[in-house]
Amino acid sequence: MIRDITIGQYYPENSIIHRLDPRVKLAGTLVFLVSLFLFKSFWGYIPAVIFLFTCIHLSKVPFKHIVKGLKAVVVLLSFTLLANIFFTKGTDLVFSWKFIKIYREGLEMAGFMAIRLTLLITGSSLMTYTTTPTKLTDGLERAFAPLKLFKAPVHEVATMMSIALRFIPVLLEETDKIMKAQQARGADFEEGGLIKRAKAMIPILIPLFISAFRRAGDLAMAMEVRCYHGGEGRTKMKPLKYKLRDLIAYLILAAYLAVVIFIGKKLH
Amino acid sequence: MSIIFDHVTHKYEAGTTMEKPALKDINLVINDGEFIGLIGHTGSGKSTLIQHMNGLLKPTEGTVYVDGEDICGKGYSLKSLRSRVGLVFQYPEHQLFESSVLLDVEFGPKNMGLTQLEIQYRAFEALKSVGIGDDLIDASPFELSGGQKRRVAIAGVLAMKPKVLILDEPTAGLDPAGRDEILGLIRRIHEESGITVILVSHSMEDVANYVDRIIVMNDAKVVLEGPPKTVFANCDALESIGLSVPQVTRISADLKNLGLPVRPDSITIEEAADELAALYKRLH
Ligand SMILES: Nc1ncnc2c1ncn2[C@@H]1O[C@H](COP(=O)(O)OP(=O)(O)OP(=O)(O)O)[C@@H](O)[C@H]1O
Ligand SMILES: [Mg+2]
Repeated sequence: MIRDITIGQYYPENSIIHRLDPRVKLAGTLVFLVSLFLFKSFWGYIPAVIFLFTCIHLSKVPFKHIVKGLKAVVVLLSFTLLANIFFTKGTDLVFSWKFIKIYREGLEMAGFMAIRLTLLITGSSLMTYTTTPTKLTDGLERAFAPLKLFKAPVHEVATMMSIALRFIPVLLEETDKIMKAQQARGADFEEGGLIKRAKAMIPILIPLFISAFRRAGDLAMAMEVRCYHGGEGRTKMKPLKYKLRDLIAYLILAAYLAVVIFIGKKLH
Repeated sequence: MSIIFDHVTHKYEAGTTMEKPALKDINLVINDGEFIGLIGHTGSGKSTLIQHMNGLLKPTEGTVYVDGEDICGKGYSLKSLRSRVGLVFQYPEHQLFESSVLLDVEFGPKNMGLTQLEIQYRAFEALKSVGIGDDLIDASPFELSGGQKRRVAIAGVLAMKPKVLILDEPTAGLDPAGRDEILGLIRRIHEESGITVILVSHSMEDVANYVDRIIVMNDAKVVLEGPPKTVFANCDALESIGLSVPQVTRISADLKNLGLPVRPDSITIEEAADELAALYKRLH
């Protein structure tokens, strides 16, 4: 079912990671993502994996849930894997059949890339699992606030992002409903060739777009009647404030980054 | 067509931490030609139950039999089942997509692989039976009023000539006049074609006057079942699960509790008035 796509959706829990300031989590995600590109040997994965798993453990998001979220990107993963196995040239031939040649370097590269991609995706989805869209945009808005000096529409972009995130589950649910309704009228999405299947999407897409536009219109109207006028002079009900734990988190992040840089420099 | 539920349990997201039973051990028999009202508080599992009747959802445990055949059996054609068990979803107007009313109603019969002549004939017939006039047939479905859209959507299912018609809250969001019109329409379809009709609703008043049998759901289970009078006799039980009984039934029950010799199971205002008039005569 289409509703099973859970990647990127907030997972309600009450953990230390959930309570961290969203700016810390944004910085943390950024540091983690960058750190994955700072080394070229498998050694670097040791601190990265330890760091990520500790965060997952602390966040109390069940591991099963995270694995389920990864299912959505399985295609991308296997594509990377195969491309690396078959198209990396090297010196150490391990398998050859007709024109297919597989080198040890290719296998290593494939393993390296697959782990990197999995960590990248898991790392960034952990942030969305533990941060509500509202907090996430609050954090983004504050983090990018300096850009307002250059007249960048920071608030507007942040609001658009939070609305988009907020509507993902709603639209998925809607898709599920419409699919069922058309199936009840005998529509078939599994049979036939590519063209027939593409055509079978029309009865889903049209109602979906219409409902998305209707929702967007309703939302715009609702915001307008409550006098929404952009970010200027707007105050927050719960302004973001750093606490001690956020400071500690920043320190841990810095330590992690130092370790990864050290390993990247010393171990090849 | 008979539909039988044999110890059916359904869990959403089975096997995850968010597992949630929406049906628990349901046993039901729905006979040919019956007019059934399915009632329950919000979240009690009504929509989940009816989606099992045409195979949109599969039981986690138990079996659903339609005409004696297990609908999850190997080689069972769900497509043909769906044309025999027509399901009109809640807010069905949200599934309209074609450029004209007629084309939209033709979508169901087209999927059944009928001849063009038969498709058109059925579409015209269905539109006529829901009271959509010739002037609207070529209009875009998105230009119609809410009530008209809903009729078109119902016609879209009727055009498949189902033997069982299931309607999930067909009156949701309509004003009282629109509600009576739709309910009247459903009753007429039932009387004229003799098909089985299952009407899902929140409201007792909606179904009280129309159906042969009421099935009451609460918290994923069937808690009461029987002809309206038998079900309404359990006034207090119904109210304890958050369902309102028709006002006249409530008043009759209260009068009875006060010690007056009236029948507590009046459903319509006329019935209650006759009862009170008779009582008045007896006392004077
Ligand atoms: N696709 C789904 N995924 C997960 N849980 C669901 C899903 N659909 C329904 N549920 C849950 O199953 C339970 C029964 O839902 P259902 O839609 O059958 O109720 P209902 O009686 O039709 O309610 P209503 O009167 O509001 O339409 C509810 O608790 C609901 O939250
Ligand atoms: Mg429902």
